Amino acid sequence: MPETTVPALPAASPTPEPGTLSPWALFWWRFTRHRLAVGSLYLLVVLYVLAAGAEFFAPYSSGWRDLSYAQCPPQLPRFSWREGWHVPVMRLTVDPLTFKKTYYEDEREVIRLGFFVRGQPYRLWGLIAGERHFFGVKRGADAAANGGPPFYFLGADKYGRDIFSRLIHGSRISLSVGLVAIAVTFVLGITIGGVSGYFGGPVDTAIQRVIEIVNAFPQIPLWLAFGAVLPADWPPVSTYFAITLVLSLLGWTGLARVVRGKILTLREEDYAMAARLLGASHARILFRHLLPGFTSHIIVVLTMSVPAMILGETSLSFLGLGLRPPVVSWGVMLQDCLSIQTVASYPWLLMPVVLIVVTVLAFNFLGDGLRDAADPQG
Amino acid sequence: MDSPEEPPGGAETPLLQVRGLTKEFPIYAPGWPRRQVGVQRAVDDVSFDLSTGETLGLVGESGCGKSTTVRCLLRAFAPTAGEVRFALPDQRVVDLARLPERELKPLRRHIQMVFQDPFSSLNPRMTVGEIVGEPLVIHRLARGRELEDRVAQVLERVGLKPEHRLRYPHAFSGGQRQRIGIARAIILRPSLLVCDEATSALDVAMQAQVLDLLKELQRDFGLTYLFVAHNLDVVRGFCDRVAVMRRGRIVEEAPTAEIFAAPRHPYTRILLSAVPSPDPDVPLNFRVGEDLARLDATGG
Repeated sequence: MPETTVPALPAASPTPEPGTLSPWALFWWRFTRHRLAVGSLYLLVVLYVLAAGAEFFAPYSSGWRDLSYAQCPPQLPRFSWREGWHVPVMRLTVDPLTFKKTYYEDEREVIRLGFFVRGQPYRLWGLIAGERHFFGVKRGADAAANGGPPFYFLGADKYGRDIFSRLIHGSRISLSVGLVAIAVTFVLGITIGGVSGYFGGPVDTAIQRVIEIVNAFPQIPLWLAFGAVLPADWPPVSTYFAITLVLSLLGWTGLARVVRGKILTLREEDYAMAARLLGASHARILFRHLLPGFTSHIIVVLTMSVPAMILGETSLSFLGLGLRPPVVSWGVMLQDCLSIQTVASYPWLLMPVVLIVVTVLAFNFLGDGLRDAADPQG
Repeated sequence: MDSPEEPPGGAETPLLQVRGLTKEFPIYAPGWPRRQVGVQRAVDDVSFDLSTGETLGLVGESGCGKSTTVRCLLRAFAPTAGEVRFALPDQRVVDLARLPERELKPLRRHIQMVFQDPFSSLNPRMTVGEIVGEPLVIHRLARGRELEDRVAQVLERVGLKPEHRLRYPHAFSGGQRQRIGIARAIILRPSLLVCDEATSALDVAMQAQVLDLLKELQRDFGLTYLFVAHNLDVVRGFCDRVAVMRRGRIVEEAPTAEIFAAPRHPYTRILLSAVPSPDPDVPLNFRVGEDLARLDATGG
């Protein structure tokens, strides 16, 4: 035969040892098959990086305002070889009959945009001083940092604040509230669910009844009650932690159920019995032998419940019971959208909704992918 | 098979004395609130002695209470009644059946167990080194370098390689896993090793290897075995004495040769008749069920 169709075997040299992949490596390998989940993971990483470096990535600070540009519509950057990235200056006209304010683009004058431009000085995390922003208005040497016509990428609100900048600043609270609440949920869910499943019997029955009662409470009225209890004069940080606590005190039941169910099945395994007969303590059997058997499931449940926390914070703040201005969060920003008239005239005020939907979807896809990777059979 | 060692004389206290061991499980009526309507007596007045260095086989059909008996000895269940007198290495004798869990824990290192299923008895999330070294960690007997060395030693002792300790159990065959289970059981140098059907999940060749290993370990460490099995061929070659269990009771107990040569109890005879003979001309007894039914009718 002139040509062989069988590809030559690779050289025998660095054959990986068979069966040396750890369960985690297998888990990760299966996860990377799930394209949508991997994409969501990247998207979430980008969102969290934006939130972490908000001062740098946002063109303006969260409190910056220019009242003469109230409710200015979004300005999409354009590109030309002569001007580089730029937008035309917006001019305000008032209809002499209806007093309706409208903005039009004045093509004669442009605002030049650029990356890594100098803008308002800030302190990143209150520590690192800087004045470079990821992108923003390119000022001439003569113009002051705050002078000149502003650039509203996603429009302005009723005080002339930059919605895009506020979205980035607000994501810090809106995205982190989920994580902090998840941490509390994790501790509560693992402990209570673990005790319930491990000891069983009357303890289990009692805990399950408590979970059912907690689940039976209507959530919104309960949030309202908790929110109303929070003193209005608390500093924003305390309010923030109080809200995460409220959210997680109601959110641990799902995780507790999963943990209990898994422990009920795993504690019948011989290796749990073996550990007991070796003289291992309850804590050791629970945390060293039983929990690692379903860490991936815990991660999945936690991932799936982050969106609920984010939505909870948004709802509370939207209803005016959570965080209050001047703190910026996506829910606080949505307080501007309480009237249908505002929303109809200035739809860009709804931008936080888009971001919330994207974030929640990304978390759900990520959770889906993690679940498929954790549990290839079911 | 080589002749088993003579068990030490009667003057010495046996390692394990079981007296009147009984375990009852409650039976509940369906519905709520639950009402107990009776008890299932899984182990019924079981008594036997086990001397140091001896191997006692516990045989019987499925569900006869063999596993419940050993689990009561190991206090996986609390026995309903009876005594389990166990001689500690320092000559003290304790009653394992009555000891509170907290006092029992430090004594658990003297009695270890090898499980039937080599797949579920090893935690799939731990490396072999962690599994085998765990008893030392739990009883705080070794740490760091010393722990590593002892794990490597014991792995070699059971016929594995020291570098295997970095792998996970799923990388091993059933026979190798059973060796890992044995390594975990002997790393504490227990005086009593309970093998609950330790070879029944293995193929014949593996069975022979694991039994040889257990014999070697018995010789080297002076171990005492309580060997639960349903395979009489395995018992014949491995045990010094055999106790036959039926319906939670020990119906006959005698030296191995005696049991196989002259079984006294009718149940033992039926059990022996069910063992297929290596001689192809001896027909299999397909009427074990009928024999057992007849035994039941006569109230045996």
